[in-house]
Amino acid sequence: MKSTIKSALTGLTAVAILSGSQAFAAGRDYISIVGSSTVYPFSTVVAERFGKATGKPTPKIESTGTGGGMKLFCSGVGAVHPDITNASRRIKKSEFELCQKNGVTDIIEVLIGYDGIVLANSVESEQMDISRRDIFLALAKNVPNPDGSETLVPNPYNSWQDVNPSLPAVRIEVLGPPPTSGTRDAFAELALEGGCKTFPFIKHMEETDKNGYKATCYTIREDGHYIEAGENDNLIVQKLAANPSAFGVFGFSFLEQNSDKVQGSLIEGHPPTFESIAEKSYPVSRPLYFYVKKAHIGVVPGIEGYLAEFTSEKAWGEEGYLADKGMIPLGDDLRTEYGDAAREQKVMSGKGL
Amino acid sequence: MTDNRKNLALVQKGLRRRYRAERRFRLYGILSISFGLLCVLLLFADIISKGHSAFLQTYIQLEVTYDSGILDIDDVSDSGQVALGNFDGIVRAALLEQFPQVSSRRDKKELYQLVSSGEGFELRDRLVANPALLGKTETLWLVADDDIDTYFKTLDDDQVFAGMVSERQQAWVQALVDADRIKLKLNTNFFTRGDSREPEQAGIWGAAVGSFFTLLVTLVLSFPIGVAAAIYLEEFAEKGRWTDLIEVNINNLAAVPSIIFGLLGLAIFINFFNVPRSVPVVGGLVLTLMTLPTIIISSRAAIKSVPPSIRQAAIGIGASPMQVVLHHVLPLAMPGMLTGAIIGMAQALGETAPLLMIGMVAFIVDIPSGPLDPATVLPVQIFLWADSPERAFVEKTSAAIMVLLTFLILMNTAAVILRKRLERRW
Repeated sequence: MKSTIKSALTGLTAVAILSGSQAFAAGRDYISIVGSSTVYPFSTVVAERFGKATGKPTPKIESTGTGGGMKLFCSGVGAVHPDITNASRRIKKSEFELCQKNGVTDIIEVLIGYDGIVLANSVESEQMDISRRDIFLALAKNVPNPDGSETLVPNPYNSWQDVNPSLPAVRIEVLGPPPTSGTRDAFAELALEGGCKTFPFIKHMEETDKNGYKATCYTIREDGHYIEAGENDNLIVQKLAANPSAFGVFGFSFLEQNSDKVQGSLIEGHPPTFESIAEKSYPVSRPLYFYVKKAHIGVVPGIEGYLAEFTSEKAWGEEGYLADKGMIPLGDDLRTEYGDAAREQKVMSGKGL
Repeated sequence: MTDNRKNLALVQKGLRRRYRAERRFRLYGILSISFGLLCVLLLFADIISKGHSAFLQTYIQLEVTYDSGILDIDDVSDSGQVALGNFDGIVRAALLEQFPQVSSRRDKKELYQLVSSGEGFELRDRLVANPALLGKTETLWLVADDDIDTYFKTLDDDQVFAGMVSERQQAWVQALVDADRIKLKLNTNFFTRGDSREPEQAGIWGAAVGSFFTLLVTLVLSFPIGVAAAIYLEEFAEKGRWTDLIEVNINNLAAVPSIIFGLLGLAIFINFFNVPRSVPVVGGLVLTLMTLPTIIISSRAAIKSVPPSIRQAAIGIGASPMQVVLHHVLPLAMPGMLTGAIIGMAQALGETAPLLMIGMVAFIVDIPSGPLDPATVLPVQIFLWADSPERAFVEKTSAAIMVLLTFLILMNTAAVILRKRLERRW
């Protein structure tokens, strides 16, 4: 008796595996989306609304990070490969070429909005007004020699006041995301590089020694003043509330939701607010994109509907529900441009990447 | 004689020291147990204090009129009309009726944010279920928006969180409190819905069903395979270099970090066998690889504990080796095997790392209806909520942990009871 049960179960195993591959052969009736964890909170709202309004299956969204999403997206055409990938930066040339190589030739690019990155501390401490140059000096691994000679030395600064006498006399202690995070990349690119370029001799390096320039401007110090606090921004907020002398680096939407606990530092005089990021006066903000595989439109049902929902005024408009979720909307002209691109399914050329 | 007395004196001299050492030794044991209990208590206290409020949800009472003019619907049976119906419009009209003095566009926008944006769909489903409602008015408790919910829940505390609620909205909430039209009720959405990006609409049911299908696949695959392997290795395989090698490998596998199984699953099941991503079947397959060593090891221990006299007696009365195993050894070893299987399942229930690689860390709203629908599992749901910016997800996260812990406690209790009830001591 037992043995019959056993053979029945072995049969079931085979059936389970077989039916799995059959489901694949039959295609997919839901949209599959991968990519950036920064865009995830926005694309999930759109997906949910799309599912509820149309009664179609709600798109499945995986938060794989921008790079991981591109890898999956560019791996080919067919039901096992995702239809859309979200990105918190523009597609790279190497990624675009990988896509072309694997037969993903027609890609629709849609810029959807901006996200601000903030340097924040506990509301119990004083709000700081800092420049990108100060951020670079406080957090880079190697900085220009304080004696004024055009050489690089390991970062000697211990307190914010050492960096700039107008800043508070508090030990530099910044909690931020680890190197695998897109937020960290963007912070290095926008804040550190922005400050780094203000030194003429480093800016000159960009032409003569590109690798040296990148290493100088993007490398964050590892001597305990910058603390990798994991990918979870909520955790950083909690740690800041417990430690008033520390600062944290995270996305704007987390600042908005925790305004009773943390405050964003002014950067070059601009506070991180919805308005200042939208009009681009706040310098540390990045574009958010998604990319659509044109070959899947019409094959996987609902992609056009999802695109229409995302690019509708009630979603990504100035007063749309994505703005309520903390995404900073595009200006009118860019909304028109990318809205049209999505509607007409305009394929990107890959030039200028 | 003198020798004896000398020895006695020697013993008595050291006696107190030995008693002291004995007491100290026991004290260390008690201390380590209390330390463990204290940690567990702290964990529970933290989770429960943060999560208990998620089981309640703020509701606002409104007079909702299914006005066919606002809805733009004259026939409910026409699904096309219903799909385009302006159900948010009737929620808004109901709010305006409650607060007729609100007139400017900006104020209206703030007013509309009092009620959850998902409630329009809720009203649509009500109307479709009962078409006679068209044109009628109902008094309904509608789910409040998460910002209002967080604000209302902290209203009685010393620290009111009003970060996301404007002063006008606070005044409206106060007016609702005075009119007795806002209150906390049991959060049924939390137990019946799938994931949502609106905290007030988000539920744990989708993840619980996903966990169920995943564990079902895991159990159906890993238990028979594990038991069969254990029986062969214990009862039939010749002891030698090969079985030793296999044993070392199985013990090794039990210690391999679970993410490795995820990578293996990605390479074999998804890339080679083309099993779709994010479905319980592929999750179950990967978790099977992970739980197999646990089940094989515990099953072998259970078989080993069956005394040889049973086997010898069975062979003595003419049973074949297969009959010995199936009729005598297996029934006696079953309680131990089941205990091992339940502990393995509990381990699988709490696992996220291998699922990361096979796409089960995903946003899934629809409740899966079978093991081939995209699904997520309980620990992944906790992970996703913990990472969400909305403040209201903090309590949801803790509440989801409580649900997961309940399942784990149930499973582990079942394992203990099974062992107590069925195990025979020889």
